[in-house]
Amino acid sequence: MTAVRNEIRFLLNDREERLSAIRSSDNLLDHLRLSRRLRGTKEGCAEGDCGACTVLVGRRVGEGLVYEPVNACIRLMGSLDLTHVVTVEHLAGANGELHPVQQALVDHHGSQCGFCTPGFVMSLYGLWMRNSRPSVAEIEEALQGNLCRCTGYQPIIEAARSIEGSPAEDKLAAERADVLARLAAMDDGARVEIRTGEDEVIVPASVDDLAEVLASRPKATVVAGSTDVGLWITKLMRNISPAVFIAHLSGLKGVEVTPEGVTIGAGVSYDEFQSVLDAEFPHLSEYWRRIGGWQVRAMGTVGGNVANGSPIGDTPPALIALGATVTLRKGAERRTLPLEAYFIAYGKQDREPGEFVEALHVPKPAAGSLDAAYKVSKRREEDISAVACGFHVELDGNRVKVARLAYGGMAATPKRAAAAEAALIGRPWALDTVAAAEAAIVQDFQPLSDWRASAGYRARVAANLLRRFYLETAGETVRLVRETA
Amino acid sequence: MMNKQMDNVAADAGIRGGVHLSQRHDSAHKHVTGLAEYTDDIPEPAGTLHAYLGLSDRAHAEIVSIDFDAVRAAPGVVGVLTAADVPGSNDISPVGKHDDPLFAEGKVEFHGQQMFAVIAETRDQARRAAKLAKVEYRDLPFVTDVAEAVSADYPYVTDPLKLERGEVEPAMAAAPRRLKGAMRVGGQDHFYLEGHIAFAFPGEDDEVTVYSSTQHPSEVQHMVAHVLGVPSNAVTIIVRRMGGGFGGKETQPNIFASITALAAKKYHRAVKLRPDRDDDMVATGKRHDFLNEYEVGFDEDGRVLAVDGVFAARCGFSADLSGAVTDRALFHADNSYYYPAVRLVSRPMKTNTVSNTAFRGFGGPQGLIIAERIMEEIAYALGKDPLEVRRVNFYGDGERNVTPYHQTVTDCIIERVVDELVESADYQARRQAVLDWNAKGGVIRKGIAISTVKFGISFTATWYNQAGALVHVYSDGSVHLNHGGTEMGQGLFTKVAQVVADVFQIDLDRVKITATTTAKVPNTSATAASSGSDLNGMAAENAAQQIKDRLIDFAAEKYSVDREQVVFQPNAVLIGNRRVSFDDFIKEAYIARVHLSAAGFYKTPDIHWDRAAGKGRPFYYFAYGAACSEVSVDTLTGEYVVDRADVLHDVGRSLNPAVDKGQVEGAFVQGMGWLTTEELWWDDKGRLRTHAPSTYKIPLAGDRPAIFNVKLAEWSVNKEPTIRRSKAVGEPPFMLPISVLEALSMAVASVADYRECPRLDAPATPERVLKAIDRLGGREA
Repeated sequence: MTAVRNEIRFLLNDREERLSAIRSSDNLLDHLRLSRRLRGTKEGCAEGDCGACTVLVGRRVGEGLVYEPVNACIRLMGSLDLTHVVTVEHLAGANGELHPVQQALVDHHGSQCGFCTPGFVMSLYGLWMRNSRPSVAEIEEALQGNLCRCTGYQPIIEAARSIEGSPAEDKLAAERADVLARLAAMDDGARVEIRTGEDEVIVPASVDDLAEVLASRPKATVVAGSTDVGLWITKLMRNISPAVFIAHLSGLKGVEVTPEGVTIGAGVSYDEFQSVLDAEFPHLSEYWRRIGGWQVRAMGTVGGNVANGSPIGDTPPALIALGATVTLRKGAERRTLPLEAYFIAYGKQDREPGEFVEALHVPKPAAGSLDAAYKVSKRREEDISAVACGFHVELDGNRVKVARLAYGGMAATPKRAAAAEAALIGRPWALDTVAAAEAAIVQDFQPLSDWRASAGYRARVAANLLRRFYLETAGETVRLVRETA
Repeated sequence: MMNKQMDNVAADAGIRGGVHLSQRHDSAHKHVTGLAEYTDDIPEPAGTLHAYLGLSDRAHAEIVSIDFDAVRAAPGVVGVLTAADVPGSNDISPVGKHDDPLFAEGKVEFHGQQMFAVIAETRDQARRAAKLAKVEYRDLPFVTDVAEAVSADYPYVTDPLKLERGEVEPAMAAAPRRLKGAMRVGGQDHFYLEGHIAFAFPGEDDEVTVYSSTQHPSEVQHMVAHVLGVPSNAVTIIVRRMGGGFGGKETQPNIFASITALAAKKYHRAVKLRPDRDDDMVATGKRHDFLNEYEVGFDEDGRVLAVDGVFAARCGFSADLSGAVTDRALFHADNSYYYPAVRLVSRPMKTNTVSNTAFRGFGGPQGLIIAERIMEEIAYALGKDPLEVRRVNFYGDGERNVTPYHQTVTDCIIERVVDELVESADYQARRQAVLDWNAKGGVIRKGIAISTVKFGISFTATWYNQAGALVHVYSDGSVHLNHGGTEMGQGLFTKVAQVVADVFQIDLDRVKITATTTAKVPNTSATAASSGSDLNGMAAENAAQQIKDRLIDFAAEKYSVDREQVVFQPNAVLIGNRRVSFDDFIKEAYIARVHLSAAGFYKTPDIHWDRAAGKGRPFYYFAYGAACSEVSVDTLTGEYVVDRADVLHDVGRSLNPAVDKGQVEGAFVQGMGWLTTEELWWDDKGRLRTHAPSTYKIPLAGDRPAIFNVKLAEWSVNKEPTIRRSKAVGEPPFMLPISVLEALSMAVASVADYRECPRLDAPATPERVLKAIDRLGGREA
């Protein structure tokens, strides 16, 4: 029997927090602003899209400590056990001297109204600790989750290019050993269970413990990165109790690379997967960087994106095209199915009560295969897809042997374009074949019109992306390139 | 009287932070540390209550009944406020039209209109309870789109305007070439990062104090007084700073301030109201979208001979500021170009949508964009470089210089601005390179365009062009500055403080910048129309100068020197041969009982406007600018990137070049958002569905031009005696990214060999770009 404790424990800047009265829907931003009166962290949107509430959350990884940028508005309190929360108030020195990140923003006129600024400070701080001499492109990528309406960003970029000082001598580096020791001292290996009236927060101690928790609470809401569940609370005011928090479970964080493919635990974040993906599936490298902003990629998990079953999730089309499988677990039992089979209908997945997504397996594409993934959205970055797609084609000579064309945003679930695939199989990989497949796509989908795109645009783009894929394999210039100064 | 302090002051060193110097924002160090206090950061007194809005979920309906039983029974609820609880007037129309109820009564006229407010112990409780009201509606027909409103013969919300000069029909008939076109120009949400908020504190008798995130404290004061049925002297409004305004906090704060004041008086407790972002975006007004129709007659050189234009705007359910907004659209439909014969008409259409309001440019951009489109149309029709067409139509010097509203343009510098930009951006060579690139065919096409801006400065409601300031010099030589302008990030407080520091010749950090409040400076105008520095800078200078004059009188008398021999030097005063530190001098003056406080005042001279006749000089002067933008477009998806933008913009003699450059860069990117990815989308039930950053997409860092060269026209000096010969900067640069839209158009046009103007509507989302490509016949495979 796993030990149980009735409080979460974490560090907030220098202070140790032990909270036994949190509810499943409580978020970090309200804790900071209302309970602790730390009002440097701002609420701009309460849905993880503007970044005004960005804070850093440090957690132990192996022997080390990793700090990630997080949207406090949708980061739920139950997920903070054994972490170090760092807010903008932690940066300035004892006598009020500015941190190098803050000083650079002042020197370059990087704030106007100032409301978004603490969030920018924290994202840039997170970047600077990892990369103190970033390129413009790297800065832009780190700031995808931070909106500024005043400056046009130019002075912020200039500031980020000229931050002085050394991360190795920084406050968080200096206090690292102490923080690790304090976090270790809090860690008793126990499951956390907090009940407040009807409300229940559970933080399992391990993956086996999670299986046990879900067996007894089959209707529980499983919360990983909370980049979607967070909005159920802040926007829909939905009750998610009992809520089971899993993002911390190291047993779900494994990434195993073999010559055949890659197996990733359901709790691996987009950000954590990026480097493996860059090496193993380079065609997804750019695509992946267009999922959410940095905060969302640091919080959100690949497993969550799949488990959630959204028809506009960015990972399923790319993974289905690669022939990925998903492993579900209930108690001690596991089953594995093709990823595409997991999505049954809108809001309906092949997941039984008490069952959870444990891992995904992504086969390495066969040598010589043609692979691509594209995303089209109103705004290029930090936007939800109008259409997303993953393509995988294997040729036998010049004839198409295998074709997997998977789309998101085109139907009630992520879905393969069966008619278009059929139009490719057995034919030469040539323009007229592709044109026939483009024409066949209308049989595959009846997309919706909404604020992201009309049905007509979705259908047109779905076909044109196939054209782009072909032209790209034929060596044509088909990608927009942003070349910064 | 030389003392130790004086030894540290070099006589020839200037003061720190004087005018015309780049100076950091006064709150920069507080912004970056999180110590800058916004309204939601003010410590709440014990017992603070929270209000939340109850919004309609019908676009147009009679309210048959509302059952509040479940609301009142919800945890923490203290009460519900409706129109019946308003002791004064249930109306917050900023223009006195009585068409803007604080709480809807009997009917709702748009989806998201406030019907009631719930007051509870916590914000969460109030928000949850507001969802529990059971409202019975009787649905009525509704119209959300401006074109539908025109065809359904919906009424105007306010009187339309006609501007006319010359004989349009004969000029049009005689023109060698004519064309007609139409353009839809989208609206825009302000997306200030700090949403609306008000926090009210009850006072004695009829008094109430409201902290409001507002650009227009005086109007909020008047509205709160009307709603409460008390005189204005009972109401105090305070705002230290806003987290962005952009026009969205000119009239819209009235809702929030009035409700909190009402609740504070009713329950004798402090009351705060901060809507969730989604509710903020649904319930408050935005930039007007327009459907503009134009006919233009021109000659083979591309010279305009006649223009006939109709400008229909989606105003929403009430007038709000739509009259002045649609007027300003007409005032800018000429932009930098002379129209020999012209007729411009506005149609301020009522629609069942939120009442649209002020937004940076105030209708100007929606009118100005048509002038730019007309230049493009002519260029495509004649097969010319659009720059050539623009050049032959620029306002002249001494001739061809009268606007459609009969004001003579006497300060036109657009030719020089454009000439310098063409040079610095290397436009001709780059245009050729773009043409060459496109000639190769291929998926990725490029476009490049130059567009110009001439923007009129002054409120067209002439009486708004006044301002007050209050300056105190304390006996230790420190200065307290207050004026009617509000700080929303634009650096106004910094600039005005620089002016005061300059008058007294003291370092900027000796001037304390203080929160705007109706109790210190009364009857102020909105910080809007780019007027903040022009008006408040002059008022503050006037106040400081009054004190300075008294100090000179005092010194001249006491030391028996001529007034001319009293000279304010950096942090010191030279009286004859005596040099005294400023602080010691002030101490002397205090002991001698010199009055060290003054109220300053300014009103813009020489302006007048006869709306009925459509004639006058509504603008004191014009600000100019031009931009050159280059883009790449993916012809398979309509996606694009802005590769480069070069800007040359006129701010006269800048009070603070760093702040002004920040305004230009910020305005450019915000304007780009308006014209590219920011789309307001209503569904068939009249619901706005793009009402949060997840669905409404403002530009990111990665959307700004990949190469972005922004320069101020350093040689420019305002011809009029404005504050230190500077010019207004808030709005004019917002229109510079029209060059981005027309560059996108060029890339689109390349698929049909530029034979046709693609008539790209705004916002040019990837979807609209692809549709335009397909309409022109598509990319060759």
